[in-house]
Amino acid sequence: MPEAPLPDLAATFAGGIRSPNPFWLASAPPTNCGEQVMRAFDAGWGGAVWKTIGEPIMNVSSRYSSIDWNGQRMMGLNNIELISDRPIETNLREIAEVKKRYPKHAVIASLMVESTREAWHDMVQRSEDAGADGLELNFGCPHGMSERGMGSAVGQVPEYTEMITGWVKEKARTPVLVKLTPNITDIRQIARAAKRAGADGLSAINTINSITGIDLDTLEPRPNVDGLSSHGGYCGPAVKPIALNMVHQLQNDEASRLPISGIGGIGTWRDAAEFILLGCGTVQVCTAAMHYGYRIVEDMIDGLQNWMREKGFASVEDFRGLSAPKVTDWNRLNLNYKIVARIHEEKCIGCELCYIACWDGAHQCIHLDSAHSNPPAIEAASRARISVTPIPKLDRGVASNGSPTRIPRVDEEECVGCNLCALVCPVENCITMERVDNHLPRKTWEDLVNGNAHS
Amino acid sequence: MGAPVAFAFQDNAEVARRFPDLHPAFDSQQALTEANRCLNCFDAPCAVACPTHIDVPRFIKKIGTRNLMGSALAILDANVLGASCSRVCPVDVLCEGACVMLRSNQQPIAIGRLQRHAMDYFWERGGKLPRKSSRQRTQKIACIGAGPASLACAAELARQGFSVTVLERRALPGGLNTYGVAEYKLRPPDSLREAAMIAELGVEFRFGVSIEQESELEAIEKEYDAIFVGIGLGAMNELRIPGADHPGVVDALEFIARYKTAGDLKVGNNVVVVGAGNTAIDAANAALRLGAAHVTIVYRRTERDMPAFGFEYEHAKQEGVVFEWLAQPVAIHTDAASGRIVSLECVRAGASFHLPCDMLIPAIGQAPHGSLFERSRGPKYFTGGDCVNGGREVVDAVADGKRAALAIAKSFEAAHA
Repeated sequence: MPEAPLPDLAATFAGGIRSPNPFWLASAPPTNCGEQVMRAFDAGWGGAVWKTIGEPIMNVSSRYSSIDWNGQRMMGLNNIELISDRPIETNLREIAEVKKRYPKHAVIASLMVESTREAWHDMVQRSEDAGADGLELNFGCPHGMSERGMGSAVGQVPEYTEMITGWVKEKARTPVLVKLTPNITDIRQIARAAKRAGADGLSAINTINSITGIDLDTLEPRPNVDGLSSHGGYCGPAVKPIALNMVHQLQNDEASRLPISGIGGIGTWRDAAEFILLGCGTVQVCTAAMHYGYRIVEDMIDGLQNWMREKGFASVEDFRGLSAPKVTDWNRLNLNYKIVARIHEEKCIGCELCYIACWDGAHQCIHLDSAHSNPPAIEAASRARISVTPIPKLDRGVASNGSPTRIPRVDEEECVGCNLCALVCPVENCITMERVDNHLPRKTWEDLVNGNAHS
Repeated sequence: MGAPVAFAFQDNAEVARRFPDLHPAFDSQQALTEANRCLNCFDAPCAVACPTHIDVPRFIKKIGTRNLMGSALAILDANVLGASCSRVCPVDVLCEGACVMLRSNQQPIAIGRLQRHAMDYFWERGGKLPRKSSRQRTQKIACIGAGPASLACAAELARQGFSVTVLERRALPGGLNTYGVAEYKLRPPDSLREAAMIAELGVEFRFGVSIEQESELEAIEKEYDAIFVGIGLGAMNELRIPGADHPGVVDALEFIARYKTAGDLKVGNNVVVVGAGNTAIDAANAALRLGAAHVTIVYRRTERDMPAFGFEYEHAKQEGVVFEWLAQPVAIHTDAASGRIVSLECVRAGASFHLPCDMLIPAIGQAPHGSLFERSRGPKYFTGGDCVNGGREVVDAVADGKRAALAIAKSFEAAHA
């Protein structure tokens, strides 16, 4: 069989920003300077949103803290770093140099200046003169800048967002993206304001307000700056589900709908594919690149292409948004859809995590045997058992001590099909959720309320 | 009660040098990673397999949350000798052998090393075993023998508020943990520290107490409300072949106790160990580490019949011990001029052969104790450990001792009612 041609990853975003692939580095430390961005492009990144340019700031040390989980580092990362601490001219000169050497890659200038029309006009003009392919308005930074009336102080007020986006659009010749903060009740309010003002696209989401933790020896929060800390912006794998939901909210709302550059916990091609399936045209990565370096993009490209080839997608546009219609309101879900857990005995290792999860966290429909009725009784029986070390000389021919694999069984009548057992099971495909044909027609809560339920 | 106790012991630097830890300690990062690998099974097979039913996932998850003191106390609640068991237990056939990870083609959780990690922290922090009851009970209990079974029995009773006296024939407590376990698994100071922790609960130890006469047992019966007999097995079986009374013939337990506790590191150049049980392997490995050039284990049956655990056999081969199967020792030959042993004559399939030998170590099992303790029956008597189970592991003795203690406490309640 002839091999299908390599899928095309090239992206054209928000009416004109072109990049060889949809993988951009987000505005953050990995895009701090030209030398970094050029190495990133060499590694394979399709675009870079420059570390936010504005009047240079002063930073503190330390700046980052993270959440480790079960031995894995940096499941979530928090930062209290501000925008670029380098002069505006330096950043713009380096943008010009990068664009000269990498004309096919996307360089987006992330901007944050004081809230005056003149300041924004000036910044837009200079960025575009330097050669930026687009502008990203940083209305999302949740710390440090917001106290000075910038960043999320703008992005949390629809009127300010609309006003400043409007000023930028008066001047800009390149596409204008508004970066949205998730630290707001309804992210669509800001997106609608941006759209009203003529924004060409959205970047979502920025970091989430966070305090990552407290040192239990010193009682001081992290990251520690001379005994004190401050709330920071949370990102990394932990925030991905929140970001996906917000991306979907924006896509699902006519008044918000604009091209979206997806951001939030993307570290692999799989994450990227999910954001694109919900409608994103490009994706932005920060934490994973900070953790492992620019090299991670190699598998993002390779993995996405292999998956696309397997699925028969020739271009990113072929699958962009395909999953968006599959997210709906709860009241449109089929109440007559029934699944039950099925435990595949040959794979079961006997950890009984499904059993205890079902008893303590679900619906008490997984059982170990009939003699012992509940978890305390089962534990008591085990504790009462007399076990001895099997000694070859004394126990020749006697079976070893290891208890037999204890395979739980599911009471399918009682099983509500919640998935919990399959989620906690450490063995892949050992517990599968299988459809039970109950011969009932599709029926939703909406149907019930509207009285058009089938009989 | 509660005052620090230490049993005097002169550590031997040469022994320490020759017997480094077989399984090095985890550092805290390794322990955390390993602890996080544990699935936290419900009704975990490892805990079921453990004779003392240590709640393994519970103590491992406490390591994961860095609650190491809580972890150690969870271990000690089930097994007061949790520190020595973490080093001497044959985990391959117990907790780790039962680990569900084995069923998904993964390495079992290193339960023994994690347990040691928690217990090392306990010692470092000067941990104390709390009593279970502040009530002081009136009954007095004597524990005969200061091995693992008696120590476990004494600890449980003392924690419940009873007065306990341990009577030991030797100079130090711990039984085989102090005198008989291979040094690279457990060193005497670690065993003694555990006994000291039990003494700190208020348990009184009397050493050099040998109970040989009927009248001595009767005196104990009069003084105490209950008597726990945890005297282990008796002397090692003697090799009944010509020349076996030569001073160059030293039984395995004696050989091990000498280098561990008596500073006697003498060993032959060509050492032959007779028998292929776990003690034989301990002795053979020790002979090599003490400087013997050749160590051979002679066993009258086949490799398959060997009573040692498989992992002990593998270890011995790695150390360099040579095995002679189906070889029946028949005579020890000495040099007429020097009086030294020169060879062990064996027979295999009717043919005789000589193994060069200047030190012979019989390791052919221990006999049970004699008649005095056969009469130790009656409502006051309880027993456990090797003297009743035929010689199992430390953890089995601990389980027996703990169960006996619970039964003793219950017997007092019954007597009250």
